[in-house]
Amino acid sequence: MRLPAQPGEHLNREREVTFSFCGKPIRAFEGDTFGSALFASGQRVFSRSFKYHRPRGLLCCSGNCPNCMMNVDGVPNVRICAEPVREGASVRQQNVWGSLEHDALSVTDKLGGPFTPVGFYYRTMIRPRWAWPLYEKFLRNVAGLGKLDKHAGRKNRYDVEHRRAEVLVIGGGAAGRQSALANAAVGKQVVLVDEGFVEPLEGVEVVAPGRALGIWEGGLVPVDAGRMLYRYRADHIVVATGTVEQPLVFPGNDLVGVMLPDGVRRLIEDWALKPAEKAVVVTVDEAGREAATALRRAGVEINGVYDLRRERVREIVARGSGGILRSVEIDGRKLTCDLLVMSGGRQPAYSLLSQAGARIEYDPERGVFLPTDIPAGIEAVGTVTGDGLAAAVPAASYNGASGKGKCFVCVCEDVTDKDLKRAIAEGFDSIELAKRYTTVTMGPCQGRLCHVPSIRLYARENEKDEATIGTTTSRPPWAPVTLGLLAGRPHEPAQRTSIHHRHKELGARMMWTGTWRRPHSYGDPEGEAQSVHASVGVIDVSTLGKMIVRGPDAAEFLERLYPNRFGDMKPMRIRYGVLNSDAGRIMDDGTIARLDDETFYVTTTSTGAGAVLEWFEWWNAVWGLDAEIVNVTGGLAAVNIAGPRAREVMRRLTDLDISNEGLGYLDAREAQVAGVPSLILRIGFVGELGYELHFPSPYGEHVWNKILEAGEDFGIRPFGLEPQRILRLEKMHILVGQDTDSESNVLEANMSWIAKLDKDDFVGKWSLEHVRDRGLHDMLVGFVMEDGKVPLEGAQIVLEGTHPIGRITSSRWSPELRRAIGMAWVPTELAEEGKSFLVTVDGGFERATVRLRPFFDPDGERLRS
Amino acid sequence: MSFLLGCPNCGPRDVNEFSCAGEVTVRPKSSPSLRELTSYIYFRRNVAGVQREWWYHRQGCEIWFQAERDTRTNEVLLTEVVEPSRRAGTAAE
Repeated sequence: MRLPAQPGEHLNREREVTFSFCGKPIRAFEGDTFGSALFASGQRVFSRSFKYHRPRGLLCCSGNCPNCMMNVDGVPNVRICAEPVREGASVRQQNVWGSLEHDALSVTDKLGGPFTPVGFYYRTMIRPRWAWPLYEKFLRNVAGLGKLDKHAGRKNRYDVEHRRAEVLVIGGGAAGRQSALANAAVGKQVVLVDEGFVEPLEGVEVVAPGRALGIWEGGLVPVDAGRMLYRYRADHIVVATGTVEQPLVFPGNDLVGVMLPDGVRRLIEDWALKPAEKAVVVTVDEAGREAATALRRAGVEINGVYDLRRERVREIVARGSGGILRSVEIDGRKLTCDLLVMSGGRQPAYSLLSQAGARIEYDPERGVFLPTDIPAGIEAVGTVTGDGLAAAVPAASYNGASGKGKCFVCVCEDVTDKDLKRAIAEGFDSIELAKRYTTVTMGPCQGRLCHVPSIRLYARENEKDEATIGTTTSRPPWAPVTLGLLAGRPHEPAQRTSIHHRHKELGARMMWTGTWRRPHSYGDPEGEAQSVHASVGVIDVSTLGKMIVRGPDAAEFLERLYPNRFGDMKPMRIRYGVLNSDAGRIMDDGTIARLDDETFYVTTTSTGAGAVLEWFEWWNAVWGLDAEIVNVTGGLAAVNIAGPRAREVMRRLTDLDISNEGLGYLDAREAQVAGVPSLILRIGFVGELGYELHFPSPYGEHVWNKILEAGEDFGIRPFGLEPQRILRLEKMHILVGQDTDSESNVLEANMSWIAKLDKDDFVGKWSLEHVRDRGLHDMLVGFVMEDGKVPLEGAQIVLEGTHPIGRITSSRWSPELRRAIGMAWVPTELAEEGKSFLVTVDGGFERATVRLRPFFDPDGERLRS
Repeated sequence: MSFLLGCPNCGPRDVNEFSCAGEVTVRPKSSPSLRELTSYIYFRRNVAGVQREWWYHRQGCEIWFQAERDTRTNEVLLTEVVEPSRRAGTAAE
């Protein structure tokens, strides 16, 4: 099947490579692409088209057109004409019901016409309305190109690498190589990227095959190199993308056997393949004649060469059977052939330049669109600038002989000349709108083969010239790119506390909270919650954000940030604080302990730690106070021991006087606990007597173990996040982000006591004053369900027979109270003890009663005991 | 967006490493009217041209600094850590 060795062929005939095509073994040489090897094996139909499922064969052999797209090793839409062979690879057909030779869906080609115009999804398939679900199911099955293997992403590893280049040359043709060498010669660090095969160049780093996907600001050029995405930052970019050969538009121009001259030349010269037995050439430039010469040398009989620059041809009609070219009729003269070389001239591949900001103008002399006003830092060289392109001959680049078969303007999306004419008739008179309507240029080739033909057709039909019609906007990516490549390496950062492994050993069910892994529970959330009420429990709260604010202005700084007062706070005392934005919205909450006159220890929520740090640092930069903020979140572990017997546990761990007189509610102390220097905060998020210990992270497991040992006699149990949520709800303690959202303020969240509006200023003060003056609209309240059913969080609240008036933010079954309880936003008039409303539960309505005070221990006696 | 931003500590870095807190605004001095308050909170000049903005090097040295950026071209004219005397947005005028 191969020709004798060709000068400069890419093959290494010494080395064979075997891969499989739809299960059959295919033998190839090193240097082959999957496409050339399949062609050598006799394969001629390479794909079925997008809409009509027409057979398609090799057209460009340059990785431009969609005709050879197949599934390679689970990756769909690989252009196999440009994909080098790999030993053992598995290549499969796609977009086919049956086989490439017999595709059941090609029925759309036969019936197609009247039923499948542009936009047929919304035209033909809307009636009868009841049938839409059936249509939709069918369309979902047939729409799109290629099937994705759900597990493909796990098999193929993709990665991203950031790289630098002083000079990045895109395109390895003559001009690109010359520019690369010239830059290398003056000592520049040069990288050359090419979509295909490039011989090594002295002093130049060659990345091939690699596709430059676009040019972004800052000289960013991402290069698709298969499994690697290189994000190049270049000081200087040389665009040498050359030209793209254009097809001619005539009936049957998509038959298998109709090819572009460069594709023919590559088959012969690069892979020593004989493209056909008998060929006809129709051309508007030299490329067709060169192809004819190459074909003759390869032993192909030439049955006619029509140079449209010299002879006038009115009508070209290609005919085939089963989608394979058999003959071509030129002005009524029938010529048998199995290869028709069509050359519609060359269009500079300006897309990358256009993305970078160059203007695109039509050059009537050469009949092409050319880039102008190239931005600084970018240089265009070679034929992409129009250099070396011959003057255009007003040629039959488009032939209006429709009616004798489909003339394809766009082979990717199966758009015919009729579709475009219909769009014009319907009033889509701008090329940008017509593009969106017909999807011409929006397929996998990104307009490489259809952009210019569609503009020419538009110009002709509208009786305008190409310059008036203009072009459509070029957008990245310039070549289709695998989503896996853009996603890069699977990267899911997880933060674990220093006690993590103990939780696992204790059988904890872990859950995500932000990027933290935390115990949801140790298997018995309600039991764990109950043991905190009955005796004592311990929870790992190392995930809390922790900051030290230190300096002469530390108190002033916090005084300005929080609505509470801090100036009057005594050392070793603690306050609960809520952070507000200047719009008066709740951002985060936590505790602030004053360690000495100039030092405060601030905790934040687990997920808010980063945002609060950023917020503190920002205000510190704005105000320029003499205060320093240190983030110690990772450096300190924290656990909370809570329950009526917590004091007895603590007594076994520390010598500190922890009597209620020695360490009262909201007191802080620094002391040794289990031999470890700790900060002890007496606070109670879960509503029982509680001690929160903060100590150096490395001692996490040691302190945890000692606490469990010390508490063994009291039946201490570790508890997870879920029991903590039950306990805090019993106390009506809010969770920022759960019970509040970006609209909530402290007044309406029923925490007006926290906002000292008589302070001179604090962040959010003015907005809160405004809320106070305008009156409260909604209030955050507690509720109990009358029948014990637990509504969903997010469930709606209604009054009898009216529209929704509020929503549930938290709800749980409280094993302590034996009630279903929760918190909800309701209109102010409902925010009174004992008022009731209806909640949607399981599709019905259930009654709930408003509670304004904590469900459990409303006077905080247990907390202070 | 893919421009480079010069961090005062770390040098030119990809813009994705930073978070932008928007144009530099002036916080009212005391008891603003509702109009002054809402202008400060919600309204931005949103210029087509050079604007002074706050940036934070989130994936780097965690410093807040100000940049002058042309919003039309994303050209960054300067970046600097502002001195306390010029803070709170006086430079935006």
